[in-house]
Amino acid sequence: MTEPLLSVRDLRVHFHTDDGVVKAVDGVSYDVMPGGALGVVGESGSGKSVASLTLMGLTRFENAEISGQVLFEGRDLLQASNEELRRVRGNGIAMIFQDPLSSLHPFYKVGAQLVEAIRAHGDVTKRAARVRATELLALVDIPDPARRIDAYPHEFSGGMRQRVMIAMALANDPRLLIADEPTTALDVTVQAQILALIRRLQDELDTAVVIITHDLGVIAETVDDVAVMYAGRIVERAAVKQIFAAPEHPYTWGLLRSIPRLDLPRDASLVPIPGRPPSLINLPGGCAFHPRCPYVRDRHRQVEPPLDPVPDDPHHRVACLLEPQTRRKLWSELR
Amino acid sequence: MLAYIVRRLLWMIVLLLAVSLITFLIFYVLPSGDPARARAGDRAPPARVEAVRRQLGLDKPKVAFPWKDSQIRRYYDKLVLHQDLGTSYRSNNAPVWELIKVRLPATIQLALGAVVVWLLVAIPVGILSALKRRSLLDRATMGLTLIAISAPVYWLGLVMLYLFDETLGRFPLVPGFDSYPDGGLTGDPAAWFESMLLPWIVLAASFAAIYARLLRSNLLEVMDEDYVRTARAKGLRERDVVVKHGVRSAVTPIVTILGIDLGVLLGGAVLTETVFNIPGIGRLAYDSIVAEDLNTIQGTVLFAAFFIIVLNLLVDIAYSFLDPRVRY
Amino acid sequence: MSAEPLVEVRDLVKHFPLTSGVVFRKEVGTVHAVDGVSFDIAEGETFGLVGESGCGKSTLARLMTRLHEPTSGTVRFAGRDISELGPKELKPLRRDAQMIFQDPYSSLNPRKTVGSIIAEPFAIHGLKTGAGERKRAVQDLMQQVGLNPEHYNRFPHEFSGGQRQRIGVARAIALKPRLIVADEPVSALDVSIQAQILNLLKDLQRELGLTIVFIAHDLSVVRYMCDRIAVMYLGQIVELADSEALYGHPRHPYTGALMSAVPVPDPARTLRRKARVLRGDVPSPTHPPQACRFHTRCPKCQDVCTLETPLLEPKNGGNVAACHFPLTESEVAERSPRGAGAIPETG
Repeated sequence: MTEPLLSVRDLRVHFHTDDGVVKAVDGVSYDVMPGGALGVVGESGSGKSVASLTLMGLTRFENAEISGQVLFEGRDLLQASNEELRRVRGNGIAMIFQDPLSSLHPFYKVGAQLVEAIRAHGDVTKRAARVRATELLALVDIPDPARRIDAYPHEFSGGMRQRVMIAMALANDPRLLIADEPTTALDVTVQAQILALIRRLQDELDTAVVIITHDLGVIAETVDDVAVMYAGRIVERAAVKQIFAAPEHPYTWGLLRSIPRLDLPRDASLVPIPGRPPSLINLPGGCAFHPRCPYVRDRHRQVEPPLDPVPDDPHHRVACLLEPQTRRKLWSELR
Repeated sequence: MLAYIVRRLLWMIVLLLAVSLITFLIFYVLPSGDPARARAGDRAPPARVEAVRRQLGLDKPKVAFPWKDSQIRRYYDKLVLHQDLGTSYRSNNAPVWELIKVRLPATIQLALGAVVVWLLVAIPVGILSALKRRSLLDRATMGLTLIAISAPVYWLGLVMLYLFDETLGRFPLVPGFDSYPDGGLTGDPAAWFESMLLPWIVLAASFAAIYARLLRSNLLEVMDEDYVRTARAKGLRERDVVVKHGVRSAVTPIVTILGIDLGVLLGGAVLTETVFNIPGIGRLAYDSIVAEDLNTIQGTVLFAAFFIIVLNLLVDIAYSFLDPRVRY
Repeated sequence: MSAEPLVEVRDLVKHFPLTSGVVFRKEVGTVHAVDGVSFDIAEGETFGLVGESGCGKSTLARLMTRLHEPTSGTVRFAGRDISELGPKELKPLRRDAQMIFQDPYSSLNPRKTVGSIIAEPFAIHGLKTGAGERKRAVQDLMQQVGLNPEHYNRFPHEFSGGQRQRIGVARAIALKPRLIVADEPVSALDVSIQAQILNLLKDLQRELGLTIVFIAHDLSVVRYMCDRIAVMYLGQIVELADSEALYGHPRHPYTGALMSAVPVPDPARTLRRKARVLRGDVPSPTHPPQACRFHTRCPKCQDVCTLETPLLEPKNGGNVAACHFPLTESEVAERSPRGAGAIPETG
């Protein structure tokens, strides 16, 4: 049984602001195996982005209170010094973001930014770094890389820019790539290209990938495991097929039923989740989802549900106080 | 780019002509004294004044038809056809161009020196205040800048003069009034530096304050940008993140403003030159306005306009090098 | 439904000039935003406009509500030609045709209270001037869109994205328009809120007898909302069909590519169609390709496609498409999740 590449245990990130304590991440645990693909699904305010930024130490603000454990290749990143973390960023763990236009510096050529990423970790000459940069651009299918390396970000299209971001992230052969909404800002046909590229690179380079998104379709096509986040916590975790075939959490049901689908009849109605996502300053007591849950009972308002395995599948975990049989019955009625 | 520059230069000529026209009109439209009288002398008999008036061509109508016989026509003839700015009524018919030429070095030295001083102060202060936002350093410097911006230049100048000349005696003025020693920079560099230091500081004070605040707020905004987050995510050293990614972006708008401010200063920092008795263009402009010396006034105005327009053009060109998204 | 279409668009063209030069502006190119578009919209139907960025759908939306003036071509609203009306004549038109915009954060004036934002249409047209009449009307509207009428005096920043979009909807329906053009109304919202707004629009359509033009890039959303759909590419309509027909058997290769690119939330059904990923980027609207504009990226491109512009004509199954080589049944099956004979991946 291989050791996980990344092991997150009870991660909590609280920000102390003038309005109160924002519990952006409130007890998140998951594993990523080497070469594996995890999808983190959630809407705004779910904590999915903050959790990933924290892995790389990018949330170490003065008002941030971070606790828990983040074991990467055996070392706890939360205890690491800023300098140690800097050596991991862009090296062992790399990250790409949602909007490639604003995520690349507008004043520097693309090649210069790539070279910068390469030389940040390791003693590489400018010339060698430039050669590597050209290779990287070719790796992500940018045509005519030797010439495009001297172009500025605004001279590329959206899809090409995201490829450049991916190339930059892969510059130092990271073991883990975190992609935060990598295709949300892109057109649908370009999105398909980028997702195909990520999958291909994952295969070729054996990089583990964490994809953060709100799009369940992207999840279905790209990852092996899924963690569904709500209000800073993971409410369900399972293999991707299980999440869609046999989801156990009412929030997951709500998500699945509220998206229009090309593969179902047109008159299937959308059933929105009532209400709004909760304030992270005043989280509801007990189960964070209870104000919006159609199956809420008194106990759910007081007791926070632990993330427990589902009866016949230890890999599948859900944080819900309803009885497993009740849940199964409800789901079978809903689908 | 070349076509752009040529277009801008053509436009500059049009602007300069317009500026001189407006100056001309203002001078004659606003109530003022009689230049002929000033020239002839207060006690001159009327006949003498008339003679002077005829000599100066002031008896001709200012703007009239036929165009040929008016003052404005004479003026533009001289200006455009002979590049002659005319002579000064006040200073014994000295050509205006000569007057300006003599004073140009002093103004340039004052302006450039002040720029160096204020950049040396504003840039580190602005960057540090942004990086250590809300710290004691930040609050203190921002408070100081508020004072520096609010203090009028002449007041500051006079206070400095008083403090340093009389009380503390650190920067003695060169004996004989002028803050600007004969021979200027080349004559005696040490004395020159000493005597210019105070005027530089006074002139730079409010600019340093403004630029520090500007840089601080730009940098604060830039450090929140996505590309700074990417730079950190790449594992760059914090110093590189701040300087190569942060400051590099924050400084660009400052270049624009710097050009404009420098352009204005090269036209003559009237208040500073007056307080410190520096023989520059600003001083010349002030004196000639007081003496109603039209030709000189127009000469200084044209020079000021020229510097502003040229610096604006230089700034725009520089900007296209700084920001590759801007293309002419 | 009356027999006469509510909106008739014929050969509509909108070009935006690109100028360069500070003093003497010189036209250096044109953006062919909308380049010859014709269609009808029947009263009471929901008409969808789908396409990726740069296809011209937003410009077309604004042409229909006369926020832009066409370069050439006509737009008729309720039988009347509105293409060249001046501002005074347009004002009464605004009561009948309203827009809802994409970004709920920038489309509401942050300095005005919600009540005054929704009341503005009444104010502009001098309606409901009775004491308290306006406020009552606004509060009724707020209730109708699912907002709490007691929040009448709050400011936009006190509301969430979904609520702000509801405010935009309330403002749009205030004057009981006949036509609503919704430009990406849910793209900026969270998934669980999107469904709420979509259902709201559907309910309002039923209650008020609205005709809706729904613009989006998300094919699944458009299918859910719309009766008939036009697919746009580089300023032109490439396919126009009923919802069922479009999704059941798309005929234009671009429609097929769009459909195959949409990620389907069902791992068991990830079809082999994924291999059909389109290559390259959308060409610039300043230099659209010759003849068929899609030919540079089309897997079925042949010589005639670069020489002869295909006309928008009925194809097999009722879809109207502009293509020399429309998709065959087996090609459809590879692309569409609903295609007849779709082969799911097992295991």
